[in-house]
Amino acid sequence: MLHLENMVLCRESQVSTLQSLFGERHHFSFPSIFIYGHTASGKTYVTQTLLRSLELPHVFVNCVECFTLRLLLEQILNKLNHLSSSEGECSTHITCEIFNDFVRLFKQITEAENLKDQTVYIVLDKAEYLRDMEANLLPGFLRLQELTDRNVTVIFLSEIVWEKFRPNTGCFEPFVLYFPDYSIGNLQKILSHDHPPEYSADFYAAYINILLGVFYTVCRDLKELRHLAVLNFPKYCEPVVKGEANERDTRKLWRNIEPHLKKAMQTVYLREISSSQWEKLQKDDTDPGQLKGLSAYTHVELPYYSKFILIAAYLASYNPARTDKRFFLKHHGKIKKTNFLKKHEKITSLVTLQLLTLVGHDDQLDEPKYKCTVSLDFIRAIARTVNFDIIKYLYDFL
Amino acid sequence: MCFISYRNSLTLWLTQLFCFPDGIDNVLFIIVSSVAFPRKSRISFVEMSSRKSKSSNLIQADYVSQVAPTVRNLPAMLETCVQSLGWKDPLEKELAVHSSIFAWEILWTEKPGGLQSMGSHSQVQRILRERFCHQSPHGNLFGVQVQYKHLIELLKRTAIHGESNSVLIIGPRGSGKTMLINHALKELMEVEGVSENILQVHLNGLLQINDKIALKEITRQLNLENVVGDKVFGSFAENLSFLLEALKKGDRTSSCPVIFILDEFDLFAHHKNQTLLYNLLDISQSAQTPVVIIGLTCRLDILELLEKRVKSRFSHRQIHLMNSFSFPQYLKIFKEQLSLPSIFPEKIFAEKWNENVQSLSEDRSVKEVLQKHFNVSKNLRSLHMLLILLLHFWFCLGNMLALNRVTPSHPFITAADLMEANQLCSMDSKGNIVHGLSVLEICLIIAMKHLNDIYEEEPFNFQMVYNEFQKFVQRKAHSVYNFEKPVVMKAFEHLQQLELIRPMERTSVNAQREYQLMKLLLDNTQIMNALQKYPNCPTDVRQWATSSLSWL
Repeated sequence: MLHLENMVLCRESQVSTLQSLFGERHHFSFPSIFIYGHTASGKTYVTQTLLRSLELPHVFVNCVECFTLRLLLEQILNKLNHLSSSEGECSTHITCEIFNDFVRLFKQITEAENLKDQTVYIVLDKAEYLRDMEANLLPGFLRLQELTDRNVTVIFLSEIVWEKFRPNTGCFEPFVLYFPDYSIGNLQKILSHDHPPEYSADFYAAYINILLGVFYTVCRDLKELRHLAVLNFPKYCEPVVKGEANERDTRKLWRNIEPHLKKAMQTVYLREISSSQWEKLQKDDTDPGQLKGLSAYTHVELPYYSKFILIAAYLASYNPARTDKRFFLKHHGKIKKTNFLKKHEKITSLVTLQLLTLVGHDDQLDEPKYKCTVSLDFIRAIARTVNFDIIKYLYDFL
Repeated sequence: MCFISYRNSLTLWLTQLFCFPDGIDNVLFIIVSSVAFPRKSRISFVEMSSRKSKSSNLIQADYVSQVAPTVRNLPAMLETCVQSLGWKDPLEKELAVHSSIFAWEILWTEKPGGLQSMGSHSQVQRILRERFCHQSPHGNLFGVQVQYKHLIELLKRTAIHGESNSVLIIGPRGSGKTMLINHALKELMEVEGVSENILQVHLNGLLQINDKIALKEITRQLNLENVVGDKVFGSFAENLSFLLEALKKGDRTSSCPVIFILDEFDLFAHHKNQTLLYNLLDISQSAQTPVVIIGLTCRLDILELLEKRVKSRFSHRQIHLMNSFSFPQYLKIFKEQLSLPSIFPEKIFAEKWNENVQSLSEDRSVKEVLQKHFNVSKNLRSLHMLLILLLHFWFCLGNMLALNRVTPSHPFITAADLMEANQLCSMDSKGNIVHGLSVLEICLIIAMKHLNDIYEEEPFNFQMVYNEFQKFVQRKAHSVYNFEKPVVMKAFEHLQQLELIRPMERTSVNAQREYQLMKLLLDNTQIMNALQKYPNCPTDVRQWATSSLSWL
């Protein structure tokens, strides 16, 4: 019990609830348990750790990995077979395509000696994807104990609340358990737990404090925060490493790291640049202001005439039709002079880039209508690269 | 001596034990009862603090049997004790070490549930868990005696007199349809000469999702000649003709009656042409092998789902299970579900327990809680859910908490346990999810709330929400929330992932993400309640939630 508490922080009451639900090995547990809570609130980790340390026979399946019925059922059966067979045997791969066969094969497998008198647990992670599979799958798993007449409990882990799972004609209601989100104190405790051994715990705790101060109002996801903590720690230690400050100079350290963290929020947090690029940036110590994210690259590479077609499309899409005369009488000639043969290719390539979309194409094969789907900032950036003042031509800015 | 934790108290108790002249007998007693105790049982550490002052020579049997499970985790607990307390007295240290050795030497043998050797508390757990978690056919039938009589009469007519019949058992989820049929079958099998003579086929709409699978399953269960082991040979047409022939050849006098039980009957009505239903009901109408078709369904409008030719072959017999008991009966059921059966070995404990349950069911606050529960849902399954939570609170949390607060033990269920269980049962799950959102996401939800108030629940898009949020941010004191637009977009997408907002139509390429119309799936009371409970909610955000006017 004690080592379990060391492995699983800040989750004592959930662990004790689960333990009391599991009960003793040969007891019947409740046929289905539904655990919900935010992402990174420890649902998968706690369930797995608990089942492993109590050495209960269990099968762990991720519904994103097994996205079809066949993959899901076969994985469960094969893992169970592996559990029930003795070490020396090499069991054959079981195939199963429908739920009826699954129930039949499940009954056979759980007749094995070492699975017979105990509760077998089937854990379905990311259970919200079950709703999109066959309609009988979710109600079937909820009742698996009744359908197979065996001592089995199915545990569903999900981010979405139970009310969104319930089928139309009702089903067997599972035991619903909530995993609360971590409070800021708990987050600090967990994040401070993985401090590198070279530095003291207090030093790292101060760093975590600063990090949470910047990011807590935006994001409370433990996985994101851990990722950011690991990425930015070298930059935080930089003054100490270079000898400019010692571990207790909190002001200096804060002044060094704060703009860096703010920049991180605009880039790494949004996945505009990858973490390896970010780490390289820290090492090279270049000015982070020159950073170009993913979204900045998209408009640089268009050919010259495509940019004009896009600008024209934008103006055509967002200016009301009656104002065209006012804007374009003088420039009408310019557009006519472009090479018509290439125009069609360029338009199709813009559609592929999803900068233009097809609107109402079904019956008009010779005059397809397009619409421009870029934002104002994007089109302004493009217009700037061709020295075209688009604001002058937009009706909304008159 | 001040007991700071149950771990310390256990060690101290053990040290006291070793000091007694007849301590060794008690130790033996503990060893004996703990060896017999099954592995992995819960800690039930009661009455340590209250016993310290009494004469320690007298250690009662049930007290020891309660303590015995604690010894299971003794090694781990004692390790921390020795480390944390920093024993100064060498004698005490030696005793502590000695007791840890003693703990390690206790062998845990797996005992598959021998009633005699377990502590009474865990026995109670076992019996009640069996009752609530496992659908056993031994439960009592509450308030469905008339329907039961009807059903058993029908079954007897087929089994004994060879009449063919069909009946539908209709009732909402959890009203006891499966339990009823299982009871009836059990009683039928006990009648003389029936069990060898009768065949049963159990089908379930969730498993047999089309007629081909259903037919194979019937053939398999009836063990006809085209079945070898588990495999059924032949195509659908061949199987069907084989089965029909087998069933048609018989007559009332010479063939075995067959009982067909179709669970989730309404799902069979969705199969193509309703072939299976048609054929089964056809056989039940003709003078061939006596069959009885029993359908179980939760849909009241099941007859509308049947095709005309199928409906005409159905005998229109319906048994309704409508949970038609009143609140006093509900109270009685509550009491009966919690009471221990008379075969419970420890008679005194069982009596005290049942008395406690009786007084609990007369308590006013308990009655209120049960009335609320009854008003929401009458069926027994939701009652079982409440009782499971109750058990959990009593056995697990009640005892652990009592130890930390050094209050007297918690041997019986109290009304407070039921209150807490009820609170857990009736939690608002979306409110819980809102509790875990970041401040930026809460601000977006409040902006959406204001948009809903102004535009009367018209759908909105991200740009509108962002503009509303900017109105809040641009007030002088709130520049701390001035985040970049992509960061706000990420928060918005997180809300979409949690299914708190939903797009009006499926995501298409035709519109940009910022301009897609969305709907908020929370209503104002939920949002305000969640904000009340939100930890460290900034006051300006809270004020903004109550009113969107900018001069406040």
